[in-house]
Amino acid sequence: MTDPNSPPASLSEDVKIPESISGLEPVRSVRSPIKLVYDFVPSPPVQEYLRSYSKKKILGHRSPVDGAVFVPPRGVDPRHGVLIEESVELSDRGHVGNFCVTHLPIPGRDDLDIPYVSAWIHLDGANVGFLGLVAGCENDEVHIGMRVQAVWKKEEELGNTAENILYWKPTGEPSVPVEKAGNRAWDQPNE
Amino acid sequence: MNESHNFRDVAVVSVASHQTKTLSEVNEVQLMADLISKCRNSAGVTQEEIGFTCSGSSDFLAGQAFSFVHTLDSVGAFPPISESHVEMDGAFALYEAWVKLQIGEVDTALVYSYGKPSAGSIIDVLATQLDPYYVSPLWPDCFSLAALQARLLLDKGLISLEKMAEISKRSQKNGFDNPNAVRSSKDVSIENLMNEPTIVDPLRVSDISEITDGGCAVILATGDKAKSLCERPAWIKGIDHRVDSHTLGVRDLTRSSSAFLAAEKAGGNIDRLDVAEIHGMTSAQELILEKEFCLTEETQINPSGGCLASDTMMASGLIRISEVARRIISGQADRGLAHATSGPCLQQNLVCVLEGE
Repeated sequence: MTDPNSPPASLSEDVKIPESISGLEPVRSVRSPIKLVYDFVPSPPVQEYLRSYSKKKILGHRSPVDGAVFVPPRGVDPRHGVLIEESVELSDRGHVGNFCVTHLPIPGRDDLDIPYVSAWIHLDGANVGFLGLVAGCENDEVHIGMRVQAVWKKEEELGNTAENILYWKPTGEPSVPVEKAGNRAWDQPNE
Repeated sequence: MNESHNFRDVAVVSVASHQTKTLSEVNEVQLMADLISKCRNSAGVTQEEIGFTCSGSSDFLAGQAFSFVHTLDSVGAFPPISESHVEMDGAFALYEAWVKLQIGEVDTALVYSYGKPSAGSIIDVLATQLDPYYVSPLWPDCFSLAALQARLLLDKGLISLEKMAEISKRSQKNGFDNPNAVRSSKDVSIENLMNEPTIVDPLRVSDISEITDGGCAVILATGDKAKSLCERPAWIKGIDHRVDSHTLGVRDLTRSSSAFLAAEKAGGNIDRLDVAEIHGMTSAQELILEKEFCLTEETQINPSGGCLASDTMMASGLIRISEVARRIISGQADRGLAHATSGPCLQQNLVCVLEGE
């Protein structure tokens, strides 16, 4: 058996570089650009979800197992691996489940002043949160349980996209108690 | 496999698969939710009773980072489950599950894999698996590499164009009874096949695998558990995988020594084989594999039609195992060999030998 820690004889000698390239700078890195193109076709529930945005509606999916409502709808209850057929229209109001104040700009979003607040918005009637931007108040006023409402684009600018919601603004309603806000309410019935 | 190692008896007890030209709007989660529940229902188990879940898929194919996490939505991973994933064909995920079952902590495993190549360009995706310095930047497509391999075989007189056409004919005829086969024909003739135009010389249309979308789910169980879930489990008598060099230039491409070795270690040749499902991208590759596995006329080869009839990247290998297992479970066959491959020109190979009681 050869010693695995020592190189084979052929490699232990000095490497001889041909005269013709001996003066060249050694190659230290290689660039291999890769570009792959995909045609993404949204599944029917996602298509329905995106189209409903143009009518200023937010759709969720109701689980056939226990009635839990998911947003965005994906056609499946991920806890049970069961297909979902039933859509539900959700309110464009809800509360902040969790939030984060970000001091780094997003490439391509020059319109976004930093620091900005992103939050898990828990819509009334939904059992999970989804991501949104909170504005229309001072950043240090944002808190867990704060009631918010969608601020939509102008009618003529609406498209089949979640970008129709510019941001979520405070409604001024009494806040949801912290212990009942966001996922903390998972163990409590959604009535 | 050496009996003295005291391996636990592991069997395939339930299978489900689906392949189609293009899934279009149906996404991977919806496809797998359907297949996984079919597979669990036919074994009569719920996800809570599954000890280990392992999947195989490719982010490059899906065009999405951590795409397998999305697909876990189709399993029902709550309360939290014991789970793993390989960026490989599902047959290799099945190997991981088999090892997990050997450890002895769990008695059941769910294995699944899927691919939706219709969303992108599979030949570009497969080019990225090659040597990143010397080969990948040339973007050679997988069929051209397989064509070079076929050309070598032809030039050495190891195969003939007629032999290749016979393989294509077998595939299309066998595929006729398989709802998952996309390219199939009851009365295809050698003459018609020989007259097909060449796509990548020397490969004609029917010499190249039919790329499809789809997925497969399999449930494994040990010993008495397997017997309680299935009347006639397909016992895994041997499973092994081996790999050849990544560098195409240092390999003898007219052979697949890793396939030979995997079959030998899995005990493929120690008894007669009723059925063999082999995973090749071209008719020429099927001819290499038949030789490496020493298959004879007493073995029915690719009764499903194989990959020339329907080839789903990331799932084709697991589907080979499910096709053999299905025939053993139903009593159509007693002993069979299933093969899965990965990498260019049959580089990495897995062989699984299954047997009924």
